[in-house]
Amino acid sequence: MPRRTDLESVLVVGSGPIVIGQACEFDYSGTQACKVLRREGFRVVLVNSNPATIMTDPEFADATYVEPLTPESVLRVLERERPDALLPTLGGQTALNVSVALAEAGELDRLGVRLIGAGTEAIRRAEDRRLFVRTMREAGLPLPRSGFAHTVAEALAVAQGLGYPVIVRPSFVLGGGGSGLARDPEELARVARDGLATSPVGEVLVEESVAGWKEFELEVMRDGRDNAVVVCSIENVDPMGVHTGDSVTVAPALTLTDREYQEMRDAALACIRAVGVETGGSNVQFAVNPQDGRMVLIEMNPRVSRSSALASKATGFPIAKIAAMLAVGYTLDEIPNDITGETLAAFEPALDYVAVKVPRWPFEKFPDADPSLTTRMKSVGEVMAIGRTFAEALGKAYRALERDFDLGPPEPWVEGTGEGGAGAGGPGDLLAALRTPTEGRLLLVERALAAGHTVEGVAEVSGIDPWFVEQVARVAQQAARLRGARLESLTAEDLREAKRAGLSDRRIARLVGATEREVRAARRRLGVRPVFKTVDTCAGEFAARTPYHYSTYEEESEVRPGGRPRVVILGAGPNRIGQGIEFDYACVHAAFALKEAGFETVMVNSNPETVSTDYDTSDRLYFEPVTVEDVLAVCEAEGPVGVVVQLGGQTPLAMAAELEAEGVAVLGTRPADLDAAEDRERFGRLLRELGLAAAPHGVAASLPEARAVGARVGYPLLVRPSYVLGGRAMEIVYTEEELERFLASAAGASPGRPVFLDRFLEGAVEVDVDALADGREVFVGAVMEHIEEAGVHSGDSSCVIPPPTLADDLLDAVEGIVVRLARALRVRGLLNVQLAVRDDLPYVLEANPRASRTVPFVAKATGVPLAKAAARVMAGATLAELREEGLLPPEPVYRRLRHVAVKAAVLPFGRFPGVDTVLGPEMRSTGEVMGIAHDLGVALAKAQEAAGTALPEVGTVFVSVANRDKRQVVLPVRRLAELGFRVLATRGTAAVLRRAGVAVQVVPKVSEGHPNVTDLIATGQVDVVINTPFGREPRTDGYFIRTAAARAGVPCITTVPGLLAAVQGIEARRAGFPPPAPLQEYYRAAGELAGTGPGWPARGAEYDAGAVRP
Amino acid sequence: MSQALLVLEDGSAFRGRSFGALGEAFGEAVFNTAMCGYQEVLTDPSYLRQVVVMTAPHQGNYGVNGEDGESDRVQVAGFVVREASRRASSWRATGTLQEYLAEAGVVGLEGVDTRAVTLRLRTRGTMRAGLSTVDLDPGSLLERVRAQPGMAGADLAAVASCSQPYEAREVVGAARPVDGRRFRVAAYDFGIKRNILRLLARNGCEATVVPAWTPPREVLEGDFDGVFLSNGPGDPAATTYGVEAARGLLGKLPLFGICLGHQLLGLALGARTYKLRFGHRGTNQPVRDAESGRVEVTSHNHGFAVDPRSFGAGGGVGDPGPGELAGIRPGPGAPPEEPPVVETEFGRVVLTHWNLNDGTLEGLRCLDVPAFSVQYHPEASPGPHDARHLFARFRRLMEANR
Ligand SMILES: Nc1ncnc2c1ncn2[C@@H]1O[C@H](COP(=O)(O)OP(=O)(O)O)[C@@H](O)[C@H]1O
Ligand SMILES: Nc1ncnc2c1ncn2[C@@H]1O[C@H](COP(=O)(O)OP(=O)(O)O)[C@@H](O)[C@H]1O
Ligand SMILES: [Mg+2]
Ligand SMILES: [Mg+2]
Repeated sequence: MPRRTDLESVLVVGSGPIVIGQACEFDYSGTQACKVLRREGFRVVLVNSNPATIMTDPEFADATYVEPLTPESVLRVLERERPDALLPTLGGQTALNVSVALAEAGELDRLGVRLIGAGTEAIRRAEDRRLFVRTMREAGLPLPRSGFAHTVAEALAVAQGLGYPVIVRPSFVLGGGGSGLARDPEELARVARDGLATSPVGEVLVEESVAGWKEFELEVMRDGRDNAVVVCSIENVDPMGVHTGDSVTVAPALTLTDREYQEMRDAALACIRAVGVETGGSNVQFAVNPQDGRMVLIEMNPRVSRSSALASKATGFPIAKIAAMLAVGYTLDEIPNDITGETLAAFEPALDYVAVKVPRWPFEKFPDADPSLTTRMKSVGEVMAIGRTFAEALGKAYRALERDFDLGPPEPWVEGTGEGGAGAGGPGDLLAALRTPTEGRLLLVERALAAGHTVEGVAEVSGIDPWFVEQVARVAQQAARLRGARLESLTAEDLREAKRAGLSDRRIARLVGATEREVRAARRRLGVRPVFKTVDTCAGEFAARTPYHYSTYEEESEVRPGGRPRVVILGAGPNRIGQGIEFDYACVHAAFALKEAGFETVMVNSNPETVSTDYDTSDRLYFEPVTVEDVLAVCEAEGPVGVVVQLGGQTPLAMAAELEAEGVAVLGTRPADLDAAEDRERFGRLLRELGLAAAPHGVAASLPEARAVGARVGYPLLVRPSYVLGGRAMEIVYTEEELERFLASAAGASPGRPVFLDRFLEGAVEVDVDALADGREVFVGAVMEHIEEAGVHSGDSSCVIPPPTLADDLLDAVEGIVVRLARALRVRGLLNVQLAVRDDLPYVLEANPRASRTVPFVAKATGVPLAKAAARVMAGATLAELREEGLLPPEPVYRRLRHVAVKAAVLPFGRFPGVDTVLGPEMRSTGEVMGIAHDLGVALAKAQEAAGTALPEVGTVFVSVANRDKRQVVLPVRRLAELGFRVLATRGTAAVLRRAGVAVQVVPKVSEGHPNVTDLIATGQVDVVINTPFGREPRTDGYFIRTAAARAGVPCITTVPGLLAAVQGIEARRAGFPPPAPLQEYYRAAGELAGTGPGWPARGAEYDAGAVRP
Repeated sequence: MSQALLVLEDGSAFRGRSFGALGEAFGEAVFNTAMCGYQEVLTDPSYLRQVVVMTAPHQGNYGVNGEDGESDRVQVAGFVVREASRRASSWRATGTLQEYLAEAGVVGLEGVDTRAVTLRLRTRGTMRAGLSTVDLDPGSLLERVRAQPGMAGADLAAVASCSQPYEAREVVGAARPVDGRRFRVAAYDFGIKRNILRLLARNGCEATVVPAWTPPREVLEGDFDGVFLSNGPGDPAATTYGVEAARGLLGKLPLFGICLGHQLLGLALGARTYKLRFGHRGTNQPVRDAESGRVEVTSHNHGFAVDPRSFGAGGGVGDPGPGELAGIRPGPGAPPEEPPVVETEFGRVVLTHWNLNDGTLEGLRCLDVPAFSVQYHPEASPGPHDARHLFARFRRLMEANR
């Protein structure tokens, strides 16, 4: 069936900000969809609130709406654009939910918009757990026994019938939110209450627990002719009970016989047909009882998912792209397989390697969170690694993770490092510890095996299949063989066996008491080097056209010599808090720009969710850990003219010096200069030399020294240890006592591990600057003004372009500082500078000579492709040349935009009950959104709506603020009262508000007994909480208030500027939003204003053509 | 653990560790891309005299069991894998892969770069090969490899066949009547897989398995409702008795052929067969039924194929030149949308099934006599079940013919 001719325009719905359970895999899928739909000649309209995505680049759609992904907001876009169809299956759960809401409200019918891919019926049958159960029963497919409940009492009754333990799973929720295991009625009451509250329809499924069974996923595709294929099977190393998103997984499935596998395949195909997904990809999850093989279906997602991204990268089969083509009418046997070029998409990939995924958790940022892995997903990112064996791939994944897991279990075991979990002290405790899955459990497995426990024993307590335990045992054997040996005495065979078992050079070094460099040298001397194989979808049956490689210790390498000069771009590795999709965005831009400039681009990255690891983003893709060991191997194979280290965040930047020492040319700013900015002491000296203002600061290597610095620079102090145990890197301390306590508790301070102490600038406005320099000239992308004061990490605060309250001469001063820093650091490429402005004086907080988190936001807000320009500068172009080409505007535009763009952060507190939600200097957000409009109020309101932090327009607000903030909240709270809010407050705050004429009702504090404010919050009687912290005492009233709000999902504002912005947002929303406009329209207006015509932003259009294969 | 050596006809040598039996094995080296189902592969008689290289690196993970064998012994000449599991992890396992091969006296090789071997076979075609744990000198092993006969012209079905007729029920249990009816089927054993018998039984067919050389006359006298032509090893053109059987039965009893059975039917209809460069072996091959337009993902194991251009007058696809034979590659999507109909001695034949990867003819159906065949394996085992319905088609054909 060829392409549908009844459609001309398609609306693609993205997935919004990165949150736990929904990460950048949907940028990857949405970008693929946009590319292919445009190539097919459709007018593509895109909605997505996440500015850090490639898909929201103006080149990828005809009209790009950076707007909130709420039904109302998407409806406004539909009203304006009137597309023929809406594609809901490529933007995760968010897109699916929004689309269903619009369909069910009758809006799609009213506007004549058709859902393509999956219809509402099919989506409901898959997403509504009740309908799903019925559909599966009718199709004769096996499920765990279960019943539905709408109240806790009903849940208890169902469980009575099933027998404990049971699993509670709410309908219409992603990432296992609100789900949980209950072993007895008491636990069930709690879990069910949570689940009912989480489900948007107040319904939960209470199900027979199959925790401990083996878990599998199949990625299925179906076309309009009912052809269906299984693209990939994925086996979870962790058993049922650990969310797939939190499980170590492997593709293909490794422990199923063909009989069982085919039974599962049959069930998966029957499932997609019964659910009625007409075209596209779906994900079907299964559990298998390891004792007798009983198989049950767990769930199906009628859309591309995180697992589809993984499956695409693991097989080379581009699920999202093909899903988009199927949605517009093609059949699988009409779509070519890009990888081979000669076969078709109608087949099932065969793998001749093993792909292992390991999640990355944010526990280091949430030391108070429960570190156990459950049915609720907690990870924020993942790595994938490819090897010829499971052990090799696992070892590579550990390297890629940047958690030092590649060093193996700590030697000797250190208690409380987070790896072992509770009680991982003696050998007897090891098995006990293995019962509770935690982040480092496979290390614990290795440790237990090394301690003499049997494979069976370990498998039994951990629920991990003995086959996988055996693989870890082989790693342990290799380690044991090397432990204590002398490097010089190792033979080529010894090293080769160790490398084939996945041991990193670093681990070998540690085992034999050498350095990583020495191990590398020994390997090279003995000729033990990795070769590179190709991911070809067909296990070698056909020749692959796409150079998509992975390293392995084998005999034959498949890297073909290149023609043009090659540039290696180092990616950012796994998503984590502080280093997310923004850096992938920059790397992808570099690939596009350098390809266009005539280079052959070589991408190295390990994150399967990204656009950078798409096989057609760069000329060559190395799916490899971003570590010195692996990057050097790629450089040896490719012989590049240089390596780009400044776009992938801290990961590649940190290895610049080592790469250079190994003779690899680092493009752009030189490693020595990078170090001058990164090293806080050197940077402090530089600022002094330049005469630039900085907060008074000092370094201390002991407690007395710290006290002395404190006395000299004055309190409050911002303390950052250079080494931290278990998170909590930065703290603000207000007194010497607090300083002592902090240093005693976590940070220590010793000659090898100094602490840096800065005077904390209270009440300062923070600004961020992203600039580009070519060694002579500097181009300022934008100065961003933060909404929250300095002290809230720039990643967590909201910020605005153009700066709403900063005078031009101040902006000039800031720009001047940036120019001087860029010159002093001899920046060639990007530079991000953070400053705090107090009393009109800008203080430099830090300078990062690399792409920053805000680069995509600046690019989206201003239309200037900063990252592309940076890549070109690194490869030798000057700013003047880029202006000439039209890649850069004649001069900075950020001040003169006619629109306002607001970035807001999205925080994961809902996932970590009990964690304090106060914002501080430690970044904790997972993602960001942008609101764009012609005035600040609307832009703020949209950003809040998109971030899910918008305040209700009426309701009850509870206020309790620190003394220093009381004065400033009077006006905004009075405004809320005028707008009709009922105001509750604790005694002190109430007194101040009353004096200002606000009608307030006093509510008891937690310390004043029950019922108090937390009870009101828990029972839904409060709609907004305003609470600013006072001091850093643990377990204060404020802590209880904030965590209660997080638990109940009530918006909680913890800063005064945040409150002011929120009130502005409410007012804007009340006044009604103007119709939305696409970025392209904003840019056109801005371009005209800049006097360049619509020229400069439109230039990007060519990249699209370059990125898409004909 | 002792060393083992694999040498290919072109002189390439791969050193690894031995697992399974010690000794030597010679045969045609082929690769299989299935990601599970090694026990079925090992016991499939079509692999007779072949050294099978598995492209999936981990083999043996779930061990072996008493149910998954496709015949009562290991059939491959040698087995080459990247890594053989020492542990059998499955509730059905009764032993490990290593023990299984050792007991069967079959030489296994592990630890070699199986992808490198595969790429060599893909680019140079299947080759004669030798596998040894005794002779670790590549030069001397190569000499003996080159002294081996090739697969072209090899008549192996007679070797794989049973020597006496037997009732399928003895192996797979009694046939389950469908709509209250049972059919009597003579199943020619050129190396028949057990799951074929199972699926025949499940479709109401009481099969009597007869030796490959059984004259058609005996079958015609035997009160059968239909005839099944099985898969099997070797060169179809050398399996002359099979072609004779097919010719003798065409038009007299409904016929269903699989793999070698399909090639024999093709030869009986006047077509020619040719050797593919490296064959199709795996469980992921897309085949389009040009009559329905549907694509099935299917299990394959063949090194020869029927040339669609070699049918008699009216074939309309033209005469193949010798060089073109192996290279028939209309390209993806190129297999005809409309199934071509060719004229033969037995009337019109529709060329129904086409491999989407390389355009190989994969199935045919006679219009004027009751017969059809497919090149691939609808019985799967290992592989997807997409094409199982063909057994019901056979049943319906017999029903219509009664
Ligand atoms: N009946 C069950 N028994 C034990 N664990 C379960 C059961 N159902 C689900 N789980 C676990 O919960 C996780 C999340 O459930 P799932 O329905 O897949 O939610 P999500 O929509 O978040 O993916 C699964 O990955 C699995 O580990
Ligand atoms: N001297 C200071 N006074 C006030 N706030 C500060 C000071 N130094 C840092 N901060 C705050 O801490 C945050 C994090 O500090 P920064 O040096 O930028 O660390 P990171 O490397 O994590 O970005 C900043 O965004 C700012 O809000
Ligand atoms: Mg799931
Ligand atoms: Mg910072």
